[in-house]
Amino acid sequence: MSKKPQNRLTPKQKERRKFLRSIAMTIGVSGIALLGMVPVLGNWVKRLRPPGALKEDKFLAACIKCGQCVQVCPVEAIKLADLTDGLGVGVPHIDPRDQACDFSCDGLQCVLACPTGALIHEISFPSEVDMGVAKTVNLKQCLAVNGQGFKGLARGADFKGKLRYAEIDRWNPIKLADHPYDLELCDLCVRQCPIEISIAECAAEDEKRQSGKVDLVAVRQKNECPPKHAIELRNIDGRMTPVILDGCVGCGVCEMVCPVEPAVIVMDSSDSRANSKGMRIL
Amino acid sequence: MSNVIESIRVLLGGTPKRVAKKDMPEEVRELHAHKFADKERIEKIRIELAEKHANPPLEKLRLKRWAVLIAVNLLFVVSYHLDIQLLEGALTASRFAGFHMADLNSALQVMLAFKHVVINLVIGTTTVFILWWLLGGRTFCSWVCPYHLVAEWAEMLHLKLVDKGWAKDIQFDRRSRAWLWLVFVILAVVTGYTVYETISPTGILSRALIYGPGVALIWVALLLLFEIFFSRRAWCRYACPIGLTYGIVGATSPFTVRYQLPNCFHEGECRKVCLVPHVLDTVLKGKAKAMEVDIGADCTRCLRCVDACPTGALTIKYKGLTS
Repeated sequence: MSKKPQNRLTPKQKERRKFLRSIAMTIGVSGIALLGMVPVLGNWVKRLRPPGALKEDKFLAACIKCGQCVQVCPVEAIKLADLTDGLGVGVPHIDPRDQACDFSCDGLQCVLACPTGALIHEISFPSEVDMGVAKTVNLKQCLAVNGQGFKGLARGADFKGKLRYAEIDRWNPIKLADHPYDLELCDLCVRQCPIEISIAECAAEDEKRQSGKVDLVAVRQKNECPPKHAIELRNIDGRMTPVILDGCVGCGVCEMVCPVEPAVIVMDSSDSRANSKGMRIL
Repeated sequence: MSNVIESIRVLLGGTPKRVAKKDMPEEVRELHAHKFADKERIEKIRIELAEKHANPPLEKLRLKRWAVLIAVNLLFVVSYHLDIQLLEGALTASRFAGFHMADLNSALQVMLAFKHVVINLVIGTTTVFILWWLLGGRTFCSWVCPYHLVAEWAEMLHLKLVDKGWAKDIQFDRRSRAWLWLVFVILAVVTGYTVYETISPTGILSRALIYGPGVALIWVALLLLFEIFFSRRAWCRYACPIGLTYGIVGATSPFTVRYQLPNCFHEGECRKVCLVPHVLDTVLKGKAKAMEVDIGADCTRCLRCVDACPTGALTIKYKGLTS
């Protein structure tokens, strides 16, 4: 009589082990995927999302992580997040201090590129965007508050960020580092605000129209001209202070151009997108 | 129809059903019984195979497939970096010459999590559905998926290590892929997030190629290490829900690999190279239930078996085009 060694498994035992191992693998893989919830539920990352982004949880659900918005952005403001964002891996965001959204595409190209409606298609103009709201955080350092001017490059010669200067080239944004300033009183945040620039352009156009200098007049669409101002320098107790107004859409240009380190103005994406325009439609 | 149902059952992890001898057509039974009479021919094949094993020839179809896979992925990269807007986006969703395409599994996750479908996504999903139905379903895996390619390279290493006894092939229940598919569908609906996309090596690799590498590649590396040392092609075989989604699409596809019983002498070369050997159950001695059998839905149409078969028993078929 040969005695079976103790560790030899019967086919039935082998099948059973394989089954249990497979259950463990299934639970393991699902568990690892669910770990992605941790950074999201724990609010570890607060990102400025591209124009038209839905409320954060809906945005993460609707985004198919393809990066088409990244590809169409003329200033390459949009970046995709890494695994550290958990469920947000591959989801687009903007770091405005490095490169803000300056609306130099005019037509909200990222919104048009989005295949799933994570960037909602119902908006057409910069003034309808609701990415966040600018907040002044460091006013004591603000050059304007201290009555100082600004001369030179806003962010130094090595800064890679781009901005469109319509007076230089209407169609191609140039490097901030290629555009020196010489200002009596620093008003870069107001001067470069895309909403403020757009309001000024509309006003100039209106003036031309009234004085009869233009024959052909294009019909303006609603919100083509921003209905509200976004930022102004206001005299508060004798100091010119940047004040954020209702028209701010959170594009982040003021944060990018602010020459002070760290920036006097930063984008806050949390409170404004809570009533994101997108969510009102859905 | 019963073939399609059986093919989907095997795709979901079922063991291939075998037909009893008495239920086989007369000619098939005859062939099974008398096939090995031609001793001379079998000896010739044996010698030919020994030679082939001593000097492995180039797998031409495999190299062509790799070229296609690399070309498709490179088209995404080149299109972005040269800004030629030919194929924009990543494998999860893209636009080919402006026309929407959406990966079926990613689109499914988004639809279930978001619970709202925009028309662009419908267009993209339908286009891709038709495309991969025409092309064979899991053809996506072996001809396009970048993870498939790196997993193939890892597999080559794995097989060498197994020979030396430094690695082993732990097998899992193939049903685990269907469970995972279901788990991720339920998670998308319940949590409202596209949970699977977080760990999808296909998406991670595609984005890394186009937009630059990131920490997420560590997950892909871990998967590959697991496959190299512990389990051959584990992700593609036992886990990937994308493979299952495309498998279902391909269940009725006109593009298949066809098995011809009269040409087969059961050396088993095809099963050795196959990612999903259960689809080749029919090539085992005495198992084929007809003179010609189309290989099932789980087949990725990688065509390695076509290259491997010494007697031309496995051929590429496009129903309606080739008879």
